[in-house]
Amino acid sequence: MKSLEELMAIKNKMADRVAVRTSSGNTRIVVGMATCGIAAGARPVLNAFVEGISEAGLADDVIVTQTGCIGICQYEPVVEVFEKDKEKTTYVKMTAEKAKEVIEKHIKGGTPVAEYTIGAAQL
Amino acid sequence: MIRSHVLVCGGTGCTSSGSRQIRERLAEELKAQGLENEVKIVQTGCFGLCEHGPIMIIYPEGTFYSRVTPDDVHEIVSEHLLKGRIVERLAYTDTGDEEVKKAADVSLSDTVFYKKQNRVALRNCGVINPEDIDEYIAMDGYFALNKVLTEMTPDDVINTISASGLRGRGGGGFPTGRKWSFAKASVSDKKYVVCNADEGDPGAFMDRSVLEGDPHVVLEAMAIAGYAIGADEGWIYVRAEYPIAVKRLNIAIEQAHEYGLLGKNIFGTDFSFDIHLRLGAGAFVCGEETALLTSVEGNRGEPRPRPPFPAVKGLWGQPTIVNNVETWANIPQIILKGADWFASMGTEGSKGTKVFALTGKIKNTGLVEVPMGTTLREIIEEIGGGIPNGKKFKAAQTGGPSGGCIPASLIDTPIDYDNLTKMGCMMGSGGLIVMDEDTCMVDMAKFFLEFTVDESCGKCSPCRIGTMRLLEILNKITEGKGELEDLDKLEELANYIKAASLCALGQTAPNPVLSTLRFFRDEYIAHIVDKKCPAGVCKSLLQYTVDTDKCKGCKLCMRNCPAGAISVNPGQEVKEGQKLPYVVIDTSKCVKCGACIDNCKFGAIYKK
Repeated sequence: MKSLEELMAIKNKMADRVAVRTSSGNTRIVVGMATCGIAAGARPVLNAFVEGISEAGLADDVIVTQTGCIGICQYEPVVEVFEKDKEKTTYVKMTAEKAKEVIEKHIKGGTPVAEYTIGAAQL
Repeated sequence: MIRSHVLVCGGTGCTSSGSRQIRERLAEELKAQGLENEVKIVQTGCFGLCEHGPIMIIYPEGTFYSRVTPDDVHEIVSEHLLKGRIVERLAYTDTGDEEVKKAADVSLSDTVFYKKQNRVALRNCGVINPEDIDEYIAMDGYFALNKVLTEMTPDDVINTISASGLRGRGGGGFPTGRKWSFAKASVSDKKYVVCNADEGDPGAFMDRSVLEGDPHVVLEAMAIAGYAIGADEGWIYVRAEYPIAVKRLNIAIEQAHEYGLLGKNIFGTDFSFDIHLRLGAGAFVCGEETALLTSVEGNRGEPRPRPPFPAVKGLWGQPTIVNNVETWANIPQIILKGADWFASMGTEGSKGTKVFALTGKIKNTGLVEVPMGTTLREIIEEIGGGIPNGKKFKAAQTGGPSGGCIPASLIDTPIDYDNLTKMGCMMGSGGLIVMDEDTCMVDMAKFFLEFTVDESCGKCSPCRIGTMRLLEILNKITEGKGELEDLDKLEELANYIKAASLCALGQTAPNPVLSTLRFFRDEYIAHIVDKKCPAGVCKSLLQYTVDTDKCKGCKLCMRNCPAGAISVNPGQEVKEGQKLPYVVIDTSKCVKCGACIDNCKFGAIYKK
């Protein structure tokens, strides 16, 4: 170890790996992972969120987690986004591609992707 | 891509309740359910809530599972990790907070046990994998060492530590910065830095937890001190009874060497530092610094008079600083966050936080770290969850065999060095033994004195002979043979021992006697005058009595009494609902074996 830069490099390399434990969790992305969700393809959605958040360098603030059945099984995979002091957003019939878009426009950009939300799905 | 971390405690407490088997089962289950690439298992150090071990925490949710068994692992994996459903029956709920109890996700930081704490020395314990230096670096590890070597002069370092107000966490509470400045001022071409990890107080285990949970923090802090005082060599004196701590220290030293964070020319500067381990055989006296240094040198662990203090003449005759594990654990953060940050916590004369090992009659046995000045009531009733079985709090012993007791009437005193001294106690290493109404204070003083009599090294006579004589008087009192003048003798002798002993072991050994005499003199008098033990502990003073209302006269006790001390009282009137006359116990024949109580089906015999 010769310099601060080397130490910093290790810290940065590790940041993603420990962020799961230290994240502030100001924003929580919750993927419905009950039997119905998994059958409808929630796992690739979950993984897309985990990878996308990490690549975007947002892991310090955003946690990606899972929950059980929300009760609208015909609309699975369902993803809910909880932001501090804001209304929650519920996305339905999600895919890995849509997940990337949500990260880009909603999590980074701050504007929910209206067309994928439960409101647009005409219950 | 890892989306979830499962932290399993690998501290001594949870290891002995089977956490290793849990980790193994977890690895098998994750593989079986195809999650091994999504979920990572992390072995950590102690979380502090040892009472509820083995402990498992699942991130990112922070769900806190307690008393997990290997058979629970399948359910945790298939429910929580696969489907995201929290296994409610294993989630820790004893928070005392109804709101939190009802919440679906029971998170660690929401529990009363953790909410009230402020973790500085323990900040990485239960958070990182202690066997992976990268995780320590991820938590800003070794950045303080870098800052010291590249931006600060040795005087800057010492001034920062002095300004922070940090005092030694091992017993005496000596200001750390001043100790370092003495060692820096000593002129010598060889100096040493020593870590005192000879944790010997019964009931204290914070040093072990730091070494097991965050070993690198001690290495980093020792290197910082080495730079500050001009030493290039460090020694850690650790008990051989702490095998997990020893193993992790060895791993940590090796990893630090690989990274060049120990060894020659650290961070490209001309500062070099190396650390060695010395295993102690577990003699209590070796926690005393001069005895410890003698033991490191390979001699029999006996103290010597001070001065000269180790800062002038220590290990192998060279200037040496000796600090306790918990003191070391505070250093890197003081350097990184500044003296003001540290000094903003605590009270006037005691800055920062203190780790307490909560044991005895308390619901949440474990380690807690709170700012100095927190009251005993907050520690015991809120964080500790109170006294089990609805019993009443009677007293708490701080500082183990060197300390004293705090009675229930002083439960609202803010705990810091100075207030404890005023009460005739001491901080010691931070062992906090909680006692309820069933504890006899005379018996308690006797217990600690038996410990010091065993552990006295024998070098000086006030300690060797004096503590033995004290114990004999206490034995006499608990056997019901005491006289009132014994109390004066106890006090007189105790004060002589305090004044004349060579080292802190003898100087503090009478404290449990003096402090119980001060706060619980009436219990001593009850033993001596009434020949009674109010708490019902001292066997010789107990009397077995028959509750005549409950006794049915079945004579089962009579048949089981080995001493023939029980007989039916003829001539006594038979009460209504009673078929036979009740029995009586002849106390002159009774040997107090308890067979009558064990055999009575009606709970009619009791001891008082």
